[in-house]
Amino acid sequence: MNRYPMWKNILVAIVILIGLLYTIPNFFGESPAVQITPAKSTTKLDSALLGQVEAIFKQEKIAYDSVYLDERGVKASFANTDTQIKAKDLLETGLGKNYTVALNLLSRSPSWLRSIGAKPMYLGLDLRGGVHFLMQVDMKAALNKAAERFVGDFRIALRKERISYVGVTREGEVVKINFNNEAELVKAKAIISKEYPNLTLTESTSGEEKVLAASLNLVEQKTIQDFAIKQNIQTLHNRINELGVAEPIIQQQGADRVVVQLPGVQDTAKAKEILGRTATLEIRLVDEEKTDAATMEKAEQGQAPLGDDVFKDRDGRAILVKKSVVLTGDYITDAGPGVDSQSGRSTVNVALDARGARIFKEVTRENVGKRMAILLIEKGSTEVITAPTINEEIGGGRVQISGMANTQEATDISLLLRAGALAAPMDIIEERTVGPSMGEANIKRGIHSTLWGFAAIAVMMMFYYMIFGAVSVLALAINLLLLVAILSMLQATLTLPGLAAIALALGMAIDANVLINERIREELRNGNTPQASIHAGYERAWDTILDSNVTTLIAGLALFMFGTGPIKGFAVVHVLGILTSMFSAVLVSRAIVNMIYGYRRKLTKLSIGQIYKA
Amino acid sequence: MELFRIKNDIPFMSYGRLTTAISLVTFILAIFFLATRGLNFGVDFTGGTVMEVNYPQAANLENVRKAVDSIGLKEATVQNFGSSHDVLIRLPVKADLSVSQLSEQVKAALVAADPTAEVRRVEAVGAQVGDELYENGGLALFFVSLGIVLYLWLRFEWRFAVAAIIANMHDVVIILGFFAFFQWEFNLTVLAAILAVLGYSVNESVVVFDRVRENFRKMRKASVVQVIDNAITRTMSRTIITHTMTQTMVGSMLLFGGEVLHNFALALTIGILFGIYSSVLVACPIAMWLGVNRANLIGDVEKKEGEKEAKVVEPHPSDFA
Repeated sequence: MNRYPMWKNILVAIVILIGLLYTIPNFFGESPAVQITPAKSTTKLDSALLGQVEAIFKQEKIAYDSVYLDERGVKASFANTDTQIKAKDLLETGLGKNYTVALNLLSRSPSWLRSIGAKPMYLGLDLRGGVHFLMQVDMKAALNKAAERFVGDFRIALRKERISYVGVTREGEVVKINFNNEAELVKAKAIISKEYPNLTLTESTSGEEKVLAASLNLVEQKTIQDFAIKQNIQTLHNRINELGVAEPIIQQQGADRVVVQLPGVQDTAKAKEILGRTATLEIRLVDEEKTDAATMEKAEQGQAPLGDDVFKDRDGRAILVKKSVVLTGDYITDAGPGVDSQSGRSTVNVALDARGARIFKEVTRENVGKRMAILLIEKGSTEVITAPTINEEIGGGRVQISGMANTQEATDISLLLRAGALAAPMDIIEERTVGPSMGEANIKRGIHSTLWGFAAIAVMMMFYYMIFGAVSVLALAINLLLLVAILSMLQATLTLPGLAAIALALGMAIDANVLINERIREELRNGNTPQASIHAGYERAWDTILDSNVTTLIAGLALFMFGTGPIKGFAVVHVLGILTSMFSAVLVSRAIVNMIYGYRRKLTKLSIGQIYKA
Repeated sequence: MELFRIKNDIPFMSYGRLTTAISLVTFILAIFFLATRGLNFGVDFTGGTVMEVNYPQAANLENVRKAVDSIGLKEATVQNFGSSHDVLIRLPVKADLSVSQLSEQVKAALVAADPTAEVRRVEAVGAQVGDELYENGGLALFFVSLGIVLYLWLRFEWRFAVAAIIANMHDVVIILGFFAFFQWEFNLTVLAAILAVLGYSVNESVVVFDRVRENFRKMRKASVVQVIDNAITRTMSRTIITHTMTQTMVGSMLLFGGEVLHNFALALTIGILFGIYSSVLVACPIAMWLGVNRANLIGDVEKKEGEKEAKVVEPHPSDFA
């Protein structure tokens, strides 16, 4: 009666085997490697890149251990860090700007293990070192910026329809248009409500004037906010590519937050600078009316006349530009480097969205023969990239910006324009940095806690329950094996609290075996035969084990739902540990016990320690 | 070897008055310390910055303090941490500086004062994030309790559910009381430990309750008190062995886990020790006073387990009346 059917034994054996396979990669260690990924999402990732990399290695006689392509990019590992760094430099020059080459560590496990998806556990930042940032997107600023755009749009629309107005102003997220009389307001309202259906319009009077207030409705606000966070994440992606981080994590958290994790990054100051950079593009008209010598001289000293700003161009000359902004980078849908067919010089080709195209067409039509300045605003400093003369009306929303020094600059500026700007400013509201030596120390602490605790439990269990204790310890070891295997399989992030959860899971999992062993003893004490006692012991203990694990599971799930960061890591391991323990403590230990005792006909005594009979 | 040779059931329930009195006193003390001293919340909850700095030689705390003072951070605390080479700097939230700017400034000042300084760990949490973590922690505690009550209610009976949760909240309050009394730092990992303990020590109550239910079925003639006494006595061996094993693991964490896991392991230790006591000697008397008896316990179990134990004919509860 204490025999498992063949299929059950085979099932247990298969599960253990799979557990072993997926645990093995954790023991191979890591070797220095480089990772090559496309810098842009548009660049295709295929075996051609792999061939290119191999060709570079062959040409430069770089000895590599392995090189392969996976979904993220091409990875190559080396025997030592010297070769790794040499290879990185060579690849960077050989592949050009379209690819990012980052230093990384790769598991030394053989390729057949990799081919079945067996990888070592994915270590969190507190174990491998790196930076974690939680960034808050300033949604109010995003809304204000959107409202600011409407100010310009309204002016143009009203002018086009020849409606006279006193002024267009923005107060927070509300745009107000003042009129002298009711009739103009009604006309304006009709036009605006037709062109911008997502705005809520309200009328009021302020002294003599009639005021039309336009505010964003909730749908539009949400669209703007969603767009802002998506755009910011995209921008962060592009910027982190510049940093050359091997496996960055950039994720949205909640409605207005972004988590950025940069493993292995130590220069936090540089990381913060690059992440926080706000580069935007503005197109404004050059003030052609104030070009007299006296004004220009003042301008050289930084003084601008009323209604103008003074900026330096690339040659260091002062240029006066009007304060009102024609277009911002927000209207740009695409940008790419190009060559002017006539002059053969580098250009940046910009595509504008429909609204931007319309504004641009009107402004260029009204200002033929005048100059238009293209400004790059970065970290509070503004530079005039170029200020070409408008030769004709430009329609269709395709703009060619000349004045690039070379192809490289055209590429850089395109990149910055395409995704260089943050849609809304971001603040770092949480930072966790762990140095690499600390990470190693943490791993050691976690492993030592687990192993010494395990050893002590093993000794006590075997001393107290003899053979049954040994079976329990074996089941506990298999529990550890399965837990590590599942964590490796899921590639769930393992943190130091996660390591603590492994230890704790083992300490709690032994409860199931203690319950079973105590039950068996009790059955024996009541005078049952050894075989019947084993059977009844396992059977009766099962209900209790299930009940007690469910309550632990509830706690684990709540931790998972409400926890963030390190707590989540703890919860994942805690929950998985409970699940694997139910399998190993009940099924596996029973299989072993069956193998030891199940086939003995005349079993008179069980090795489960001394039993006192009443 | 067998540790527990117990011939007769230990009359645990007759000590009910005593154990409840003990519980009440510790509970009130815990509340008292929580109220007077309060918890020493870590940066996870209050917001602020913690930096761990390592020096190749024994750190000169005076110089570190001067360096931090030089950038106008008078509220900073500087202390040794683990060894004389490691220094822990705590900074409160500054309104006009973002958390990341603050840590960069301090880092720069430390390296300027002593180029060998190595910043090993930075945890900087904005005040707003701190508030949210605090709130989420409270929610987690609430939902764990709710989930456990619902499960026990479904699986056993409302009296057991209420008794178990009172017993275990009493553990949680006592752990918090310890943290308040000794002013140990209360951070996110400690919270995780408390929630884990909550799940774990309910186990204890479940094991006993399970046995109580089984006993009601087997010991037809016994009184409620006898049934509970027997259940506790029969499961005592398991209770002690299991907790010893778990505590061994936690002890190992306390020894080898380093500073980060220290308070986590500490919370678990207190939770395990009080968990044994409360789930047996607090939960059972409460369940008894709430009126647990054969009728309300087996009555609803019969429906669920009727098929499984078809051979055992359950007498109607009124037979015992």
